[in-house]
Amino acid sequence: MSMVTTFIQAQQHVDVDALLRINTDLATKIIVGFIQDAVTKVGYTRAVIGLSGGIDSALVAFLAARALGAENVLAVRMPYRTSSEASLTDAQAVIDQLGLPSLTIEITPMVQPLIDLFPEMDSVRKGNIMARQRMIVLYDQSAAWHGLVIGTSNKTEVLLGYSTLFGDSAAALQPIEDLYKTQVRQLARALGVPQSILDKAPSADLWSGQTDEGELGYTYAEVDRLLYLLVDGRYTVEEAAAQGFDLAFVERVWRRVRLNHFKRTMPNVAKLSRRSIGHDFLYLRDWSG
Amino acid sequence: MHLTVGLAQLYPKIGDVAANLKAHLAQIEAAKAHGAQLLLFPELSLTGYNLQDLVYEVALQPTADNPTFRQLLEASGDYDIDLMIGFVDTDRRARYFIAAAYLSGGAVVHVHHKVYLPTYTMFDEGRYFAWGDSVRAFETRFGRFGMLICEDFWHASPPYLLWVDRADVFLFHSASPGRGLDASDRLGSARWVQLVNQAYASLFTSYVLHCNRVGYEDGLNFWGGSTIIDPDGEIVCAAPMHEPALCIQTIDLNQIRRTRTRLPLLRDERTALTARELARIIQELHEFRL
Repeated sequence: MSMVTTFIQAQQHVDVDALLRINTDLATKIIVGFIQDAVTKVGYTRAVIGLSGGIDSALVAFLAARALGAENVLAVRMPYRTSSEASLTDAQAVIDQLGLPSLTIEITPMVQPLIDLFPEMDSVRKGNIMARQRMIVLYDQSAAWHGLVIGTSNKTEVLLGYSTLFGDSAAALQPIEDLYKTQVRQLARALGVPQSILDKAPSADLWSGQTDEGELGYTYAEVDRLLYLLVDGRYTVEEAAAQGFDLAFVERVWRRVRLNHFKRTMPNVAKLSRRSIGHDFLYLRDWSG
Repeated sequence: MHLTVGLAQLYPKIGDVAANLKAHLAQIEAAKAHGAQLLLFPELSLTGYNLQDLVYEVALQPTADNPTFRQLLEASGDYDIDLMIGFVDTDRRARYFIAAAYLSGGAVVHVHHKVYLPTYTMFDEGRYFAWGDSVRAFETRFGRFGMLICEDFWHASPPYLLWVDRADVFLFHSASPGRGLDASDRLGSARWVQLVNQAYASLFTSYVLHCNRVGYEDGLNFWGGSTIIDPDGEIVCAAPMHEPALCIQTIDLNQIRRTRTRLPLLRDERTALTARELARIIQELHEFRL
């Protein structure tokens, strides 16, 4: 009697956590090269980064210091009067660990007059004003320090539109915008971002106790798995739900991605001539370099 | 017979033909100093890759009348070194091609126009370029070679055609943007290209020389990793990933005979059967609108 071994592989859910794992050495090499290239090809040697005390800007500071030398990366802390003390000290830990030149510019006197004009102003409006004011400070330092503003957006928040148009989204280059938040965490850990930053809950720090995940209504780990399937994997909403997600959750997330697409594109230009900016006058951004 | 090959894994500057020509001439001098008899440059090495509306400014004709090409022809003029160059070819009728030229002894031996223009995801080549319409092997002083450009060898048929057209050494070049970061130490695109190139060398018992560029264009990274693969499918030379490099490697062309004696795939290849079946298939696709 012969022995027959039968292998049966039951159809299982895709292990998205495994797909989201990145080789941090390779990511570092590509991103550090990208920053060096993007800064030097337009004739600059320096960069300006707004350091919030959170993981995204800390990671970008580590990458930029590696690419350009710490002495060429200006870290700017821009607290508002309600900003937490922990944000300031965590940002300072990054500055100290890397040896970055730094500035602390309080934005309260710049934004408060506008906020006070509208007593009924909600926290979204206030948050947008703060984000845009920080952009103004960074771009002013860009001119003063002669450094390019490096953005700190990640793929998760940009897809979800959890950002302020012309505020935190304004930058000359975006080194980590193709990394999901869970991948940002992997890279930050590998590069030695301070433990207190790795451990704390992500927050825009607009009011006491605010967290991204509390506001969004789901965790980054959960939504990153879903976004990976929908965006990188090109799954349909139904196919993604079949991977073990609640269909209503999938639909809600995908709708949010769609409704925020305007933040990821340039404004539409009304086409009139035969050759129009934004339509068929096509050159790389690097053309100017 | 031995052949010393150079792979110039450089970073072309977008739209700046003068700067790129200078870099080519420097690489040629360096390769000659190391004894290279053949030097490959990457796809669109004279112009940069994602040219968009710059296509019409950087196009040239590969003749001695062109001041850029004249200098490259002169560099190959003494039979010290043969060259494979990437450029935008134009036919004076406002048709532009992604092109590779093989230069030897001060003459253009062969020009290949890219036959597969990727126009999907981040690629938009079909918007700007005309499709090449032939795949031909050609004679060189080292034997019969064939050239393909990037997407040409993502399809299986062009390497097959070169093989049955009697090419024994395949010269591939590319401007391959890196994508597919995961837990591996190489990007998905780099793994895929190396996999298929090893497959071609193995299936066609031929040498595959692949030169890929490095650098960045608008956030795209080009991963380098140029390779020489022998007729047994083994990598004999691999350039670093993501860094400029000039790789010099001497290969033994007699290995082609030794491998084919062990594994006579070429001897047994039934080209006429392939042609007959292809003709039938094309006829059926046409008849039944499949």
